[in-house]
Amino acid sequence: MRVFKSVYGCAGVLILVVAAGVAALAQEAPEVGPKAPLAVKPMQSHVGSMTGHAAAAKSDYRRYCAGCHGDYGDSNGENAVWLDPKPRDFTIATFKCRSTPTGTLPTDEDLFNTIGRGVTNSNMPIWNALGPQMRADLVAYIKIFSPRWEKEKAGEPIKIPAEPPVTIESIAHGKALFTKLECWKCHGLHGEGDGPSAATLTDSKDLPIRPYNFAAGKNDSRFKCGDTNQDLYKIFMTGLDGTPMPSFADVIQPNDAWDLVHFLRTLQVNRHGKENEVLSAAHGVIPPYVEKTPAPAAAPSDNKSPGGGN
Amino acid sequence: MKAQYKFALTACALLIVGLGLLFWAPTTRPVSAAATGGITGTIKLDGTPPRQKPIDMSKEPNCAKEHASNPVTTETVVVGPKGGLKWVVVYISEGLDAGTANQVPPVKPKWDQKGCQYIPHVIALDVNQHFEVVNSDPHSHNIHPLPKPNGANHEWNRSQPPGTPPFDQVWAGEEVAIPVKCNVHPWMHGYMAVVKGPTAVSDENGSYTIKDLPPGNYTVSAWQEVYGNQSQKVTVAAGKPATADFTFKAK
Repeated sequence: MRVFKSVYGCAGVLILVVAAGVAALAQEAPEVGPKAPLAVKPMQSHVGSMTGHAAAAKSDYRRYCAGCHGDYGDSNGENAVWLDPKPRDFTIATFKCRSTPTGTLPTDEDLFNTIGRGVTNSNMPIWNALGPQMRADLVAYIKIFSPRWEKEKAGEPIKIPAEPPVTIESIAHGKALFTKLECWKCHGLHGEGDGPSAATLTDSKDLPIRPYNFAAGKNDSRFKCGDTNQDLYKIFMTGLDGTPMPSFADVIQPNDAWDLVHFLRTLQVNRHGKENEVLSAAHGVIPPYVEKTPAPAAAPSDNKSPGGGN
Repeated sequence: MKAQYKFALTACALLIVGLGLLFWAPTTRPVSAAATGGITGTIKLDGTPPRQKPIDMSKEPNCAKEHASNPVTTETVVVGPKGGLKWVVVYISEGLDAGTANQVPPVKPKWDQKGCQYIPHVIALDVNQHFEVVNSDPHSHNIHPLPKPNGANHEWNRSQPPGTPPFDQVWAGEEVAIPVKCNVHPWMHGYMAVVKGPTAVSDENGSYTIKDLPPGNYTVSAWQEVYGNQSQKVTVAAGKPATADFTFKAK
């Protein structure tokens, strides 16, 4: 009996081993496919005092990210077909949320923040639960997908001056800028994302994309790249690369940019904030913006014709 | 005897200086026009060009008004009255010496946005050649070039409201050609071809002339936005330009 038992036992183990081998082969085959598995380059990230290592994020990437962004970072994960907007394609290294000028790579901190914050109006969840070190490792990991990370450094982050106080004048100037810079062409006159060009917008992969609707959402509504006034400032001064949203850094002075921020906040009609308080104190009316005297040289002629300028 | 020595010495010195000048001159002075050649030719389309659709600019009243009497169409294939193909970029793809290849033209071409169209529709630029992006319209445009990912050039997207000073821009690497679009006006399409060495873009007769090309054997390429690339070998001699005609087949 004993001999029989051990023979059966041996046979059983053997069968299990063979079966496991076959199963492993069968599973392995479609994964390898025509594409070779990606080598994990020794990329790093630096966020505050943390250093992220790509190698440390291999299993986390597969577990949390690959489902949408794909094993090869090409945004062809198995869920990607169902998503709109599509997941970020890491192989082209173009990123929406940056503190750096248009056309440049984001900083490690920018990517780190995006992972932790998630991307509102998309399927990218808030990954705060992953913990800072894991997120720093993931930032390093997504750099293995594009050679751009080996050839280039991140852009120089834009400088954001201290925010001036919110006043009805600053909101009025912001509104004038919103009109002059034609933000309304896409975002609509009331920021509802329904401007005349909204319907035809496409991203850099020629897929339809919607402009941000400021008016939708409750008190806690967020932007794609954050929820603070600084984030809003960054969004239009750096542009969201890969989307139709351009950079206005060449055409807006820093203080004017703050005025635009203050006005944009009033478009978030359901938000309880400083800007909406100032606006309701002014009985909800934004006065027409009067251009300040531009240069001292022009002052004398202005004196001669009071009320003549527009 | 002494006078003879003196003469020989002076002659020697003169000879040395003369030879020096002879060797020194061509390397430092820009190549004189007489010593260079060029390539000229005509580009034709064989077959019926695809219909160019009229552009509805009613969403931008300024532009609709500007073109009211002279409606504009798409410009993907523009054939002139004599069958010449316009907007073809002709450039040297092989055979350039380093000096000619790395010489950046001192001119700063203009890429204008006028009447909701790019003027010119296709521009040829040298690597590292500065060019100006201008907005002549009374409304905003966003300039959004889309180079191939992971190359030397990168996608950027800038807003240019009316009255903004020109943007000074430059491309870092060769690329034929970078598509440019304006997201606000989805009908606006143009191309920037970035190549080293002398280039030309064909006119409405399909003719082009590449100038300032040192004599030698070259491969000359022609690129059209719908029909792609063609190339042929050309030998350029000093003085008179060589000929290279191209014919693209309509799809």
